[in-house]
Amino acid sequence: MKVHSKREEPLDLRSKTRRVLVLLFLFFGVLFLRIWYLQVVKGEEYKRLSENNRIRLVIAAPPRGRIFDREGRLLVGNRPSFNLTLIPEDVRDWKGLKERLSLLIPGGVEFDGLKRDRRLPFEPLLLKRDMEWEEVARIEVNRFDLPGVSIDVESMRYYPYGKSLAHVLGYMGEIDRERLQRTRFGDYRVGDMVGKRGIERLWEESLRGIRGGYQVEVDALGRTKRVLKEVAPIPGKDIYLTIDLDLQEVAEKALGDRAGAVIAMDPRNGEILAMVSSPSYDPNLFAKGMDRDTWKALVTDPRRPLENKAIQGQYPPASTFKVVTAAAALEEGIIRPGDRLFSGPYFILGNRVFRDWKEQGHGFIDIHRAIVESADTFFYQLGLELGVDRIARYARAFGFGVKTGIDLDGEKPGLVPTKEWKGLVFNEPWYKGETLPVAVGQGYLLATPLQVLNAYAAIANGGRLLQPHVVKEVRDREGHMIYRARVKEKDRVPVSRKNLEIIKRALWGAVNEKGGTGRTAMIKGFDVAGKTGTAQVVGLREGGDLPYRFRDHSWFVGFAPYGSPEIAVVVLVEHGGFGATTAAPIAKKVIEAYLTKGHRDGSR
Amino acid sequence: MARDRYPLRRLLFQFDWSILFLLILLAGTGLVALYSVSVSSGTPFYQKQFYFLLMGVVLFTFILLFHYHYLESYGYYIYAFSLLLLVAVLLFGKASYGAKRWLDLGFFSFQPSEVAKISVIIALAKYLSGRDVSRTGLTLKELIVPAIVTFLPLILVAVEPDLGTALIILFISGSMILFAGIERKTLMGITASILSFIPFMWLVLKDYQKERILAFLDPELDPLGSGYQIIQSKIAVGSGGILGKGFLRGTQGKLKFLPAQHTDFIFSIFAEEWGLLGSFFLLSLYLLLLLWGINVVRNAGCRFGAYLAFGLVSFFFFHVFINIGMVIGLLPVVGVPLPFMSYGGSFLVVSLVAMGMLFNVSMRRFMF
Repeated sequence: MKVHSKREEPLDLRSKTRRVLVLLFLFFGVLFLRIWYLQVVKGEEYKRLSENNRIRLVIAAPPRGRIFDREGRLLVGNRPSFNLTLIPEDVRDWKGLKERLSLLIPGGVEFDGLKRDRRLPFEPLLLKRDMEWEEVARIEVNRFDLPGVSIDVESMRYYPYGKSLAHVLGYMGEIDRERLQRTRFGDYRVGDMVGKRGIERLWEESLRGIRGGYQVEVDALGRTKRVLKEVAPIPGKDIYLTIDLDLQEVAEKALGDRAGAVIAMDPRNGEILAMVSSPSYDPNLFAKGMDRDTWKALVTDPRRPLENKAIQGQYPPASTFKVVTAAAALEEGIIRPGDRLFSGPYFILGNRVFRDWKEQGHGFIDIHRAIVESADTFFYQLGLELGVDRIARYARAFGFGVKTGIDLDGEKPGLVPTKEWKGLVFNEPWYKGETLPVAVGQGYLLATPLQVLNAYAAIANGGRLLQPHVVKEVRDREGHMIYRARVKEKDRVPVSRKNLEIIKRALWGAVNEKGGTGRTAMIKGFDVAGKTGTAQVVGLREGGDLPYRFRDHSWFVGFAPYGSPEIAVVVLVEHGGFGATTAAPIAKKVIEAYLTKGHRDGSR
Repeated sequence: MARDRYPLRRLLFQFDWSILFLLILLAGTGLVALYSVSVSSGTPFYQKQFYFLLMGVVLFTFILLFHYHYLESYGYYIYAFSLLLLVAVLLFGKASYGAKRWLDLGFFSFQPSEVAKISVIIALAKYLSGRDVSRTGLTLKELIVPAIVTFLPLILVAVEPDLGTALIILFISGSMILFAGIERKTLMGITASILSFIPFMWLVLKDYQKERILAFLDPELDPLGSGYQIIQSKIAVGSGGILGKGFLRGTQGKLKFLPAQHTDFIFSIFAEEWGLLGSFFLLSLYLLLLLWGINVVRNAGCRFGAYLAFGLVSFFFFHVFINIGMVIGLLPVVGVPLPFMSYGGSFLVVSLVAMGMLFNVSMRRFMF
C-alpha cells in the first residue's frame, strides 16, 4: 500500500473555494434571470403561442433523384400522388366526417383505430394514398364540410418500364424499425419511403436528397397564418446506369417468358449493358403499397420472381466451365496444343462409367476440337490429371467461388469445391470420381451467370478479370458530375497470352466450325465466339421427357467480334434443355442487336 | 488501506441528514415530472425510473460504508475499467438513432459513458492530490497526465457519438485542473495557442461543417431541427407563467416537438406545469446542493477528498447549468441530462453514486 504524503489539510484549496462560490452565484443568477424573463416578462406571449400549439413544422420532402440509362433515357422518375390526410386534433365530429367521406370516396375510407391513438394529435394521419383525380376534385369542392381533412401532394416513385430491369433498379418500401434505429435522429421518420433493393437501396443516400420544411404559425382551425422560417429541400442526385435500354429490351424479348437470366457486358471495361432476370415483378406495385395477397404470390412463386437470377441464381456452369479446365491443363503442362487424346463415348474409372454427351464419342482429338465439340471424355482425363485442387485454383483465378463485386445487392458467391472444403462440410475425404464431374462443370461446382460471363470477358479481353458495374455516373440536379465509375481490374488470369489465344480460338470454332456445339449462335458477317452448356439437374439423362423441374438448365456464353470483342453475353435458361437449342439463339439475338445497332431499322 | 478511523457514532453524527432530505425532495420532484410525461405519452417512464432510484439508493448506501480512500487506492483501476467499457460499447454496443451508447447486459442496458464521467474525476483527483501546487500551480509537464486521462475517454465517447458527455468530461476535468491551478506562463501559453488555433480551424473546415457549428451555436439557423425544439421548449417554459398550468395540465408535451421530452427536455415540461414557482424551487434545490458540496470541499480531510468533492460538485453543476441553459435557449442544444429529473437509469444511478461519494467525503471530514 502506498503511503500518502499528502494527508495534510488542503488549506490552499480551501481558500480557493471562495472564488468558486462567486462563480456559482453568477451562473445561477443568469439562469434565474432568464427563467424570470421567459415566464414573467414574455409569459403572456408564450401563453398565446402555446394555445392550440400555434407553431408547427411542415416537412418539405426533397424530390428523389432519378435513374437513367446510359443514353439518358428515364428509367425511374417521380410523379405526384395525392394523399388524403387528417389532423386528428382538428376533427370535431368523427362520425359525421366518416359518413361524408364515404359519400365522396367510393368504397369509403378506413379510419377505425386511427382515432384511438391520441398521443400525437397534430401529426397528420394518412387516410388514402394516391387518389384518383375525380376523388381529389370532390374532396376539394367539399373542403369546408370536412374540417381536419386535407390533401397532401407527395412525390411517388414511378417506373415507366414496369417489370423491365426491376431487379437492377430495385424497389421502395416503408422504412423499417431497425433501419430507423441505425440512422441519425431526424434523417428519417416513421413512414418514410426508402430504397429496399437494387440501385434504390444501394444509392439511397445519393438519391434521397435533404429534407426541407417550414416553421409555420397556424390559426385555431389549423390553417397556416404565416411562415416563420423556411428551409428549401435539396433534391436527390440522378444516377446514370451503364444499361442500354434498347439492348435490354431485345434481351428481355429474346428470353421471353422462360425463367432465367441474360446479361450483356462490355468486356473492355466491365460495364453491364443489359441484365435480365425472368420472371420479373413490377416495382410500381411496391411504390403504391402492396396488398398481402400480391406479396404472398410473389414470395411463394416457384419461379422466384424476386430473385435476381443473374447474380443470385447459382447453377452448375456445366460445359461453359471447360475453358477453365483447359486453361489449367495447358498452363500446368498436362497437355500441349496439338496433343491428341482418345475421347470415346465413355470413360471408366474404377468400377464407374462416366458418359460423354455424344453417344458415338469423338475419336482422337486435340484441345481445340475438344472445346469445339465439348468432349466430356477429353476433359475427364484432364481433370483426373489435374486433381480437384488445381482445378479449383484456376477456377478462383477466373472469378468462380467469389463474388464479382458488382455494385448490386445480394450477390451470391457460387461454390468451388476443394479437398479441404469437402473435409469441412462432409467430414469425408475427396474421391477421385468426384473430380471428373467438376472438370466438366458439374458435381459440387456452382456459379452465377455473372461469374460465368465475367470469366469469359477475361478470356475476351486478354486476361483481365474486371469488376462489373451498372452505375456509370452520378450527377446532381444541375448536371455536375458527382461520381464516375472507373474500370476496376480485380486480377489478371494466370494464363499465358498464347494459351488464352488457343482457348479463344477454340471458342470461335465452337460457334463457327463444323461440328461445333454453338453453331446456333452463328451470325453471318460477324465473328462470334462462345460456348454452350447443359447443366444436369438430376443425374439421369435417359428416359425421354422429364417433368419441368428435372429438366437441364441451358447455358450459352460468348463474345463478339472475335478480333476485338466489344460485347460479351451470357444466357441461362432454367430447365431449358440443351444449351445449343435454347440459350444460344437468345444470345445470338442480343449480340446481333448490339453489333447492328445504329443501322438496325434498315436491317430488320 | 488502514481501517476506518471513524467510529460509527461519529459517522452518523457527521452524516448530513438535512442534505439527504433535500435529495429526497429532488428525486421526488423528478418522479412527479416524469409521471406527467408518462401520462401524456402513454409510456410509464416513472415506474422504471423508480426502480432505478431504488437501485441507486442501494449503491449510495453501499458507498457510504467504505472510506473514500479506497477510491484513491483503486483509482487508476477504476479508470482503466471504464475505458474498457467504452471500448466494449463501440464494439458490441446497441445502436439507437445512429449512436452506439448502450451496452446490453440482458436484464438491462446501461451507458458506460456515464461511468466514465465519474472515473475521470477519481483518476484526476488521485493525480492532482499528489502534486504540490501550493506555490506556482501545475507546470506544462504536469498537465500531460491529466490531458491523457481526459482525452482518452473523451474521444471514445465522442465517436459513439455522444457530444454532450464528451463536453461534460472536458468541462469537469478543465475545472478540476483550474481549481488545482496552472502556472501562469503555462496558462497563458495554452490560452494563446487555443485562440490562434481557432481561426486556422475555420479556414480548414468545409462549408457544411461550418454550417453545422454555426447552427449548433445558434439554433435559429436550423429552424427545422434544434431551432424548432428550442422554440417549442421556450414556449413550454414561458407559457407556464408564474403559477404554471398545473399538474398534468401542460399542453406542449402533446406535440411531438421534442424528441427527448422525458430525458433532456424534462425541465421544460416541469416549468410549464409548475411555472416560475416550480422552476425557482427546483433551481434553489440545486443551488443548495451545490453550496453544500463546496462546503464539503472546504472541510475535506485530505487533498484527495477535496479534489474528489470538487470534481463531483462540477459534475452536478455542469449538468444542471448546461441542461437548463439549453432548455431555456441560452446554450446550444446538446444531449446533457438533468440530475434526478431526466429519465435514464444509468445517469440516475451514477448521480446517486456521485452523491454517495460526496456524502462519504463529508462524513469523514475533520472535526474542529
